[in-house]
Parts: sequence; structure tokens; C-alpha cells
Amino acid sequence: MNAASSSVGAGQPDAGSGGESAQKSENLVEIRDLYYTVGRRPVFSGLNIDMRRGRITAIMGPSGTGKTTLLRLMTRQIEPDRGTIVVDGQDLAQLSRAGIYALRRRMGMLFQNGALLTDLDVFENVAFPLREHTDLPERLIRHIVLTKLHAVGLRGAAEMIPSELSGGMARRVALARAIVMDPDILIYDEPFAGLDPISLGVILRLIRQMNDALGITSIVVSHDVQELATIADESYLLAEGHVVASGSPAELHANKSDIVRQFMNGMADGPVPFHFPAPDYSVQLLTRGDRRRRRRDSQ
Amino acid sequence: MISVARDLWFSARQSTATFGRVFLFLGQLVAYTPAALWRLRLVVHQIYNAGALSLVIIMTCGLFVGMVLGLLGYDLLSRVASEEILGAGAALALTKQLGPVMTALLFAGRAGTALASEIGLMRATDQLSAMQMMAVDPVRRVVMPRFLGGVVAMPCLTAIFIAVGIFGVQLVGVEQVGIDAGSFWAQMRSAVELDDISEGMVKGSVFGVACSLIAVYEGYNSVPTAEGVGRATTRTVVISSVATLLLNFILTAYML
Repeated sequence: MNAASSSVGAGQPDAGSGGESAQKSENLVEIRDLYYTVGRRPVFSGLNIDMRRGRITAIMGPSGTGKTTLLRLMTRQIEPDRGTIVVDGQDLAQLSRAGIYALRRRMGMLFQNGALLTDLDVFENVAFPLREHTDLPERLIRHIVLTKLHAVGLRGAAEMIPSELSGGMARRVALARAIVMDPDILIYDEPFAGLDPISLGVILRLIRQMNDALGITSIVVSHDVQELATIADESYLLAEGHVVASGSPAELHANKSDIVRQFMNGMADGPVPFHFPAPDYSVQLLTRGDRRRRRRDSQ
Repeated sequence: MISVARDLWFSARQSTATFGRVFLFLGQLVAYTPAALWRLRLVVHQIYNAGALSLVIIMTCGLFVGMVLGLLGYDLLSRVASEEILGAGAALALTKQLGPVMTALLFAGRAGTALASEIGLMRATDQLSAMQMMAVDPVRRVVMPRFLGGVVAMPCLTAIFIAVGIFGVQLVGVEQVGIDAGSFWAQMRSAVELDDISEGMVKGSVFGVACSLIAVYEGYNSVPTAEGVGRATTRTVVISSVATLLLNFILTAYML
């Protein structure tokens, strides 16, 4: 797409080789029969998801259903207990460390809190991947960084430091950093959390624009149903360790399933209980509990 | 009794496992060193952070330690009418023991805690995860320069501590209590040999590796919460201090 991507391409043999056969495949990401457990709690039990190229795929679900965990599995920051995750024709479990890093160079990820490097200013944060992965001349790096900052409307904030930015601005800088290497996949982890309506609208517009203008595949993890409905091409609703509904946002709204209706309509109680599993209320109140001993025993 | 034995066995296993992980981490850092030296700018920046920013505390403490040493040494030596050897005795004590050990303890408290908390906070705020997602290895980019910065800074700080300490002894011994300056410096020059200075520098270097390794390891492996970072910082000071004193005993016994 630009000098950055051409320069990066030379350093990613694994990414290119696997991608050729996958070019015919409509799905960029394929997750099959995925199992993952934290401690004794199963997070995923037989998860199956397809994410199509060039689309915005929304992953929705109540808090604690493992949405962020799914992103970490998809980028192999953590390993599943069972099942396969194929990204652009490459099975993540089969990739070497170099292969994973080569694949990650083709991904951009927007973290929930921006995750900007606090010892660098805005310009250097956006320039960071270019400086680490390319030998581009300083003039070209400056050109690319200012272009990306202009795209998110923060060219004027190039010399600010992360602590001077608002939450919305920090997320826009993180977005500029995520797209600076012209990725094929852009992953957003809770991009709307804690934003005011103006910042939220800006981020929504940017996600749609980036997807359409750069021709990338976007994966958005969020529980903001209304916001996602305006931009998502297809959605998956996760609960109880697997997909309980999928389709366009309109199809999810029309779904008659209790759990889907509870989530889409924001009802406090339903198949997903308001109360976390606990012993009987009156018994617990009347029992003299030794919390430390119980915790030790449970370990 | 059985439960105590079981706890001891469990602790021993945990400690051995931690020890192994620290050494594996050190091996990884050693393997990355040649590549890190190509990015000298990052290392120099960390030498500044760990070294230059610790100068005030090192020099201040060095001066006061030297002055106390001068007072106590004079008090003791004057009882046997041997004040002239104050310079020699104090210089040997500073060069071989007090300099490296005190510098390491101060380094652990100032630079070590800064390293551990900085890296721990980077983990807690997803900065290290963000680097991994940008296909940048945080050990190479974040940990390695900080480790090397500490390793280079420690012997330099040790030398400065010793020099300022000797100046403190001279201030008290020569300027205040009136020991003859010529005799003070001559005794020191005849007593302190190159081996003594080497011993101090070797100790400073070993303590530098140990304290820097403990700081970056604790920071990198901290639990990503406020409590976790606080605990990592505390552990850095405690483990570094104990390791310094233990290594000092081993090195002293070996170099006698």
C-alpha cells in the first residue's frame, strides 16, 4: 500500500507462503472446536467461528464470556487447550515463534486502554512499529506517521505525551499506531468503553472508514450492541463457552432465543443470571465463615 | 509435624523452580546481548537512567560513610598511636567491602526499584502485550537495555562511591583532626594494591549483574495489578540486598 508495507513484506516469508492457498478461502479466520479453561472454569467449550475477509465481524457477549480471551487466543498470546485457529490459511499451533511474529506484523490491535508506550510521545508511539521493523529514512517515517495521525484527526497532537491525552484521543493514537504498518487484519478490543458520545462517534466512523478505505478485515470485540449494530457486517454472540447466535445485527435483534433477547435488550436477569453462583443466602449469612480457610482449601 | 515438613518441601521446590527460571532468563539475556549492543542508543539511555540519576544519592552516601569511617578509624587508631594508617585502613575497607556493598544496596533501592516498577507497570497497562502484538519482543526492546544499563552503571557507581568515600575520610582525618596529609596519602598508596581495586570492581560488576537481573526479572514477571507491581518492587529490594550480602561473603572468601 505504501513504502512501509513494501519494506515490511521482505521480512515475512512465513506470512506470504501460507497466505497463497488461503487467498481462495473466503474466511480469513477460522476457529474450530476451541476449548480453553482458566483454572477450573471453562471459558470456551467447542467454539466455532468464521470471520470473512474484508468484513467487520463483531464478537459480542456479556462480561466474562471470554471475548478478550478469544482475541488473545487468535493472536497466540495464549494457547488453547484444544481445537484449531487458522488465520489466513495458517494454523497458529503449527507456527514457529518467527512465524507468529511475521503474522502479527500483518495484524493491528487496538487495546481497550490504548496501551500507548508512556515513555514516548504521540509521534514516536505511531512511529514505533516502523522504527522496529523497517529501515525507512526519517523523512519517510515522518510522512507516514503524519498521514496516519491526520487520518485519525490528531496530527496536531503529535508532540503530546500519552498522559496529556484524553481516553478518546489515546484510543485514536493507538488506532493510528495499529494501522501504520498497513495491516490485513485490525482487531479492536472494547473500542467504545468509557468514551463520551463524540469520541464514540469518531471511533465508530474511523472503524468503518479504515475497513472500507484500506480493504482490511476488522474484528471488533464489544458488548455495546447499539454501536456495533451500526457498523458490523456480521456478529457472533458468545455465552456459556460457545456461540449462541450469529448473523447480521438485524438477525440477532430478531432472534427469539431467551439468552439473545436478554443480551440484546439489556435485561438484568435471565439465562445469564444476575447473581454469580453462591450458596444459599440465609445459610451463608448465619454461618460463621472462615474465608481464608475456605480459599486455601479450594486451592 | 507432617504439615511443616510438607510446607518446607513445597517451599524448597518453589525456590528451586524460581532459581531455575531466573537462570533461564539470564541465559536469554546473555544470548540477546550482542544484538542489543547494536542498538547502543537504548543502552546508553538506560545507563543514564540507572547510573547518572543515581549519582546524587551515591555521592552523598559515599561522603557520609567516608566521614564516619574517618571518625571511627581515628578514634580507634589514636588509642594505639597509629593515626597515620587511617588512610590505608579506610581505603582498603572502602575499596574491598564498603564501596561495592553499599553501592549495590543503594542501587537496589534507587535504580532496582525504578526498573522493576517501570517494567511491572508496562505489563499492567498492556504495553508489553502491545509490543508483542506489534511483533516486537519486549525482552529485547524493554528488558535487555535496562539490564545492560544496570550492569554497566554499577561498577562506575562503585568507583565513584569509593572515591567520594576516601575524600570523606580525608576531610575528617586530614582537614578536621589534623593527621599529616603526606603521611595519610603515602600510607594509602603503599597499602592499596591493584588487586584490591580489582576486587572492588569485580564485586561491583557481579553485584551489578545480580541486582539488575533481579530487578528486571521481578518487573517482567510481576502480577499485572497495583498490588503485584508493589510486591515486585519490594521483592526487588529484599532479594537484591540478601543476594548482595551473600555474594559478598562468597567473593570475599574466594578472593582472600
